[in-house]
Amino acid sequence: MPDTLNLPYTRLLDPQGRPVAELPAWATDPELLLRLYRQMVLTRLFDQKAVALQRTGRIGTYAPTLGQEAIGVAIGALMQREDVLVPYYRDTAVQVMRGVRMEEILLYWGGDERGSAYVDAAVAEDFPLCVPIATQALHACGVASAFKIRGQHRVAVTTCGDGATSKGDFLEALNVAGAWQLPVVFVVNNNQWAISVPRRIQCGAPTLAQKAIGAGFAGEQVDGNDVLALYARMQAALERARHGKGPVLLECLSYRLGDHTTADDATRYRSSEEVKQAWQEEPIKRLQAFMASQGLWDEGREQALIAECQAQVQQAVEAFEAVTEPPAEAALEYVYAQWPAALAEQREMLRERAERRREASHE
Amino acid sequence: MSEKKASLLEAINLALHRAMYEDENVVALGEDIGVNGGVFRATAGLREAFGIKRVIDTPLAETMIAGLAVGMAAQGLKPVMEIQFLGFIYAAMEHLVSHASRMRNRTRGRLGCSMVLRSPMGAGIRAPEHHSESTEALFAHIPGLRVVIPSSPARAYGLLLAAIDDPDPVIFLEPTRLYRMNPQELHDDGKRLPLDSCFTLREGRDLTLISWGASIHECQQAAEHLAERGVSVELIDVACIKPLDLDTLEASVRKTGRCVIVHEAPKSCGVGAEIAASLYERALLDLQAPIQRVTAPDIPPPLYRLEGLYIPGVDDIVAACAAVLDYA
Ligand SMILES: Cc1ncc(C[n+]2csc(CCOP(=O)(O)OP(=O)(O)O)c2C)c(N)n1
Ligand SMILES: [Mg+2]
Repeated sequence: MPDTLNLPYTRLLDPQGRPVAELPAWATDPELLLRLYRQMVLTRLFDQKAVALQRTGRIGTYAPTLGQEAIGVAIGALMQREDVLVPYYRDTAVQVMRGVRMEEILLYWGGDERGSAYVDAAVAEDFPLCVPIATQALHACGVASAFKIRGQHRVAVTTCGDGATSKGDFLEALNVAGAWQLPVVFVVNNNQWAISVPRRIQCGAPTLAQKAIGAGFAGEQVDGNDVLALYARMQAALERARHGKGPVLLECLSYRLGDHTTADDATRYRSSEEVKQAWQEEPIKRLQAFMASQGLWDEGREQALIAECQAQVQQAVEAFEAVTEPPAEAALEYVYAQWPAALAEQREMLRERAERRREASHE
Repeated sequence: MSEKKASLLEAINLALHRAMYEDENVVALGEDIGVNGGVFRATAGLREAFGIKRVIDTPLAETMIAGLAVGMAAQGLKPVMEIQFLGFIYAAMEHLVSHASRMRNRTRGRLGCSMVLRSPMGAGIRAPEHHSESTEALFAHIPGLRVVIPSSPARAYGLLLAAIDDPDPVIFLEPTRLYRMNPQELHDDGKRLPLDSCFTLREGRDLTLISWGASIHECQQAAEHLAERGVSVELIDVACIKPLDLDTLEASVRKTGRCVIVHEAPKSCGVGAEIAASLYERALLDLQAPIQRVTAPDIPPPLYRLEGLYIPGVDDIVAACAAVLDYA
C-alpha cells in the first residue's frame, strides 16, 4: 500500500556512512560521535556476553538488542535526568545510559528480582522493563499526566516494538496522549518482526507512524540504523514534548538481527538472505565509516575501544556472579509494603519449605 | 490408527490435527502459531496440513484474539485460539467474562460460543517474568466457562478433542513443565474423554490426594514415597476444574477420611478452597482430620531463582500428608 500521507522520513547517513543530507553542526562534534559510537559498541558486546551466559546456563532467556543499538543510544543520549523512561524488554542500550547497571540487567534475566531494584539514583523513577506487550505505553501516559498536572517540564519516553502497535493498549495510549496533549514520546522499534510475524501482516497501514495521525499528533519515520538521524529527530521530539507542544511518535526502521530471544530459532521463519541483507544496513559499521571519513577513527582506536568496553562488560559479569542467591524471604518481602499480619502463616509456610529444600539438598 | 509414544505437547498437536481433519469448521488462530508452529511447537504442521485460511497468525493483540473468537463462534466456526502464555491472557478477560461465557444465556440459546482458548501455564521452566502463571481460579470463577487442565499425554489428547467438540467456551491450560516430560503410549484414535469427571490415578484407603496440572507429577512421587511407608494413597487428578466432579471427590474422601489438596496456584481463593469447602459441606462427619492444602504462597510467581519455593515439592506434600495422617 502506498504511503499517501507522505509522513516525514529522516536519514542523514546512508548505509556506507556517507551523508545524504546537510548535517547539523553537532553531527561532526568528535566528542558526541565518540560517545554514541562507544555506547553502541558497549551494548553489542554486552549482548554477546549475555547470550553466551544464557548458553552456559548462567542466566535464563535473554532478548538481544542486536541491530537496534542506535535507537536506544539516541534516546539515552538525549533524555534529561529528570525525564522518565518507560521501556519494553529490548532496551539494554537506553537503560545502561540512563544508569541501570549492566549487572542488574544480568540479574533480572538471571532470575533475580533484585535486578529491577536499580541502585543508581539517576534512574530512581524509571520503570522496570516490561514484558506484557504495549502495556507500558499507558503507564508512560500516566507518568506524563503527572508531569502535566504538576506543571513540570519533564518528558516520559516509552519504547515498544512493531508488533506492540497492534495492541489496544498502544492505541489507547496514543489516543489519550493526543486528547490531553501529554508530554510523552513514543518510540517504536520497528525491527520488522514480532517473533515470527513479519511487519507486513501485523498491520495494513503502510507506516506505523501514521497511527499518531489518527490520535491527532505528529508521527514520523526515522532510519533506525542511522544514529545521527535518530539523534536529530529524538532531540526535536523531546523539545516539543517538553515545551507543552504535545506528544510525538517516532517509528524507527531497523531490523532484529538476532533471534527474538535466546529461546527462539529465527531460521524457522525467515531466510538467511534477508538477514544477510539487513547486516548491510546495521548501525555500528555505518557510524564507524562516517567517523573514519571524518578522520576520527582508525583500527587502533577501534581495538582500544573494544578492549575498554570488554573490560567494562567483564566487570559487570563479575559483579553479577558475586551476588549470592536471594534468601527465601525475598519472594514475599516486597509483595505488600508490609507483609500482612493476617498472612503470617504463609510466611511460616515459605520458611518451612525453604528449610525442607535445604535439608533435601544436604541429603 | 497409529500408536506411538507422545509427549503432552505432541498429544496436543495430534489432537489439533485430528480435530481440524474431522471438522472443517475448526480453525486455529494465535500469535506465531502458523509458520513458526507456536513458540512451544504445539501447532507445528497445522498450517502445512490445513492451509492459511484455517491456521492463522494473528496480529499481536489478546483482546482481539478473544473478541474474534466470540464472533467466529457465533457464525458456527469452532475457533481454537492460542494465548502464547497464560500471563498474557488478562487483556482477553472482558470478552471471556462479558461475552463468551454469556452469549448463550443472553440470546436465550440463539447464539452459542463453542470455542477453545488454549494457553501454556505454570512455573518450573526457568522462564522470564509473566511466563509462569497459574491463575486457573480466575476462570473457574466465571459462570459459563469450562476450565480444563490435563496432566498426561492421553488426557491432553482426549480432553482437548472433547473441549473442541463442546458447545460452550473452554479454557484449556497446558502445564509447560509437563510438555516434554515422560512421553507415553498414545492411541491417535479420536477418543474423547469426559469433561465432567475426575481421573482416579491410583486407588488407596488411607488418604485422598487431590491435584491437577503439573503438581500431579509431584503427587505421584509423594504417593510412591508414602506407599513405601505403608500408607495407601488415593490420587485423583481433577483435570476438569470447572465444573468440578464433586461426586468422585466426595466418594473418595468418605472412604479414606483424610484429604490433602495440592495446587501450584497461590492459596487464597484458589480452586483448593472450593474443593475443601464442598467436601466439608458434603462429608464433614466422615473426615477424620482437617483437610490440608499444599499450594504456592500468596505471592506472584518469583523470577526463576526462587521458583522452586513457589512450586509445591514432593517433600511438602509428604509432610502435609503425614500431618493429616497423624491427626488424632
Ligand atoms: C501481551 C503479550 N502477548 C504476547 C507476548 C509474547 N511476546 C513476547 S515478545 C512478542 C513479540 C513482540 O514483537 P514486537 O512488538 O515487534 O517487539 P520485538 O520483540 O520485535 O522487539 C510476543 C508475541 C507478550 N510478551 N505479551
Ligand atoms: Mg518487532
